[in-house]
Amino acid sequence: MTMLKIENLQASVADKPILKGLSLTINPGEIHAIMGPNGAGKSTTGYVLGGRPGYEVTGGSVEFMGQDLLQLEPHERAAAGLFLGFQYPVEIPGVSFVQFLREAANAQRKGRGEEPLSGGEFLKLAKEKARLLKMDMDMLKRPVNVGFSGGEKKRAEMVQMGILDPKLAILDETDSGLDIDALRICGEGINSIMRAPDKAVLLITHYQRLLDYVKPDFVHVLAGGRIVKSGGPELALQLEEEGYEAVA
Amino acid sequence: MNVELTLPTRKDEDFRYSDLDALATVWPVVREDIEVIAGLEESRQVIELGEGAVARHLDVRLGKGAKLDLRVLTAGPGYGRIAIDVRLEEGADFTLGAAQLATGKETLEIVTKVTHAGLNATSSQIVRTVLAGNATGTYLGCIAVERGADGTDAEQSVRAMLLDRTATANAKPELEIFADDVKAAHGCAVGELDANGLFYLMSRGLPPADAKRLMLQAFIAEAFAGAPGEEALDEAAMARLAKLVGTAL
Ligand SMILES: Nc1ncnc2c1ncn2[C@@H]1O[C@H](COP(=O)(O)OP(=O)(O)OP(=O)(O)O)[C@@H](O)[C@H]1O
Ligand SMILES: [Mg+2]
Repeated sequence: MTMLKIENLQASVADKPILKGLSLTINPGEIHAIMGPNGAGKSTTGYVLGGRPGYEVTGGSVEFMGQDLLQLEPHERAAAGLFLGFQYPVEIPGVSFVQFLREAANAQRKGRGEEPLSGGEFLKLAKEKARLLKMDMDMLKRPVNVGFSGGEKKRAEMVQMGILDPKLAILDETDSGLDIDALRICGEGINSIMRAPDKAVLLITHYQRLLDYVKPDFVHVLAGGRIVKSGGPELALQLEEEGYEAVA
Repeated sequence: MNVELTLPTRKDEDFRYSDLDALATVWPVVREDIEVIAGLEESRQVIELGEGAVARHLDVRLGKGAKLDLRVLTAGPGYGRIAIDVRLEEGADFTLGAAQLATGKETLEIVTKVTHAGLNATSSQIVRTVLAGNATGTYLGCIAVERGADGTDAEQSVRAMLLDRTATANAKPELEIFADDVKAAHGCAVGELDANGLFYLMSRGLPPADAKRLMLQAFIAEAFAGAPGEEALDEAAMARLAKLVGTAL
C-alpha cells in the first residue's frame, strides 16, 4: 500500500491560492526531500496535510495509508500516524512538554484502541528519546518551547517525534537553526526513529547539509505551488550548485 | 449588624453587571469579617462550586505588617458574586488570586475595593476568568490610596478568556490616589485561546477539547500559583474546565 498519495492538490490561505495542483506519492520505506524557493508553498503543504484551520483545500485528494486524509481532524491524523515537525515550533506558556506529550501519546493510543501508558512507562520512553537526541530531560519538564533557543526547539521536535513514533513524518526545515553538532544528532535521530520499511519521511529543506545525514531516495522541487521537477539525491546537489532558476 | 437591607439597582456602579433577579434570592448579604492583626499571616480560600445563586461579601482588615493570602474559585453557580473590601495598615500585604469559570447563562463577578491606608503596604490581585456559551464574567477592582499612604505598591493583573464569541467579559480596574509615592500597575486583557498553540497541540494527537483544557489549565493556574492548597484548587478548577470546553461551541 502507498503511504501517501497526493493528487492535484489545491489549497488557499486567506482566499489566496497557494497550492496549485501538487501531486506526490510516497511509499513505505522511502525518504523524500522537498526543496524550493521561499514562499513556494512548502510549509503550506505541511499545514494542509496536518489539517491546520485556515488552510482551505479547494481541489484534489490526499490518501494516507488507505484513508482519505482530508476527512480527518488534526488529532485523528496524528493518531493515524502522521507527524508534522514545525518550521516554527509554537511556545505554549504554562503547559509542560511531559504533561502534554503524555496526554497526546495516550490520546493517540486510545484512538487506535491501545492501552494508555502509565506515568512510569511514559517517563521511561521520554527519557530514552531525550537521550537519543542528547537533550537534557529537565528541558522536557519546562513549558512547551518557552525560552528554548531556535536549535533547542528543533531538537525538541525530534524528541516528540521519537515519543509519538509516527508512520510518516513531515519535517519542515528541521535543520534550520541547528548548530553543526546538533545537525548531526538530529540527522542520526531521524534515521534511528524513522528509517524502517513501514515508515516514511518527507523532509522540507533549503540545504544539502541535512541530506548528508538523512539520505533521500527522491528529491522534488516545489515552486509556485506545485512540484516542477523530481529526481534522485543528485538533484539536491545540482540545485545547491546552480540554484532554482537554472535547474527548475 | 453589618447588613445592607435595600436591594441594589443597576445604577449602583458595583452592581451594573449583576444578575439582580438572582441576587434578590440571596439578599441581604451578611458581611464576613476577616481581621489579621498586626504582624500575623493568614491564608484563606473561598471556593464556590455549587449551582444556584451565591453572593458573599468579605470585609478584610489587615493590621500593621499583617499578611493575607486569599484565593477565590467560583465555578458552578448560576450567579456568583464575591465582593471583597480590604483595608491595609502600614506595611500590610494582601494577595488575591481568583479564578471564575462560567458557561451557559451564568453570571459571575468579583468586585474588590482595596484601600491602602498606611505607609508601604502592598497588594497584588490576579484574576483569571474563563467564559463559554452566553456567560458573563466581571471584575470591578478599585484601588484607593489614602492621603499619606506613601510607598504603596498595588498591582492588578486581570485577564479573561472567551471560548465563544457569545460570552461577555467586563473588566474595570480603577485607581483613586491621594498619596505621592505610589506604584500602581495594572494589566487588563480579554482574549481568545491562541490558535497556533491549539493547532500545535492537536497536531500531536490531542483532541480539540483536551488541547483547550490544557491551555486553560495553565491560564487558571496563574491565579493559584504559590497558594497553600494550590493543587486542590487546580483540581477543582480542572473539573469545571472539562465541562466548559465540552460545552463550548
Ligand atoms: N495567512 C496568510 N495570508 C496570506 N498569505 C499567506 C498566509 N500564509 C502564507 N501565505 C503565503 O503563502 C505563500 C507560501 O508560504 P509558505 O509558508 O508555504 O512558503 P514556504 O515555501 O514554506 O517558504 P519558506 O522557504 O520561506 O519557508 C507565501 O507567499 C506566503 O506569503
Ligand atoms: Mg516554510
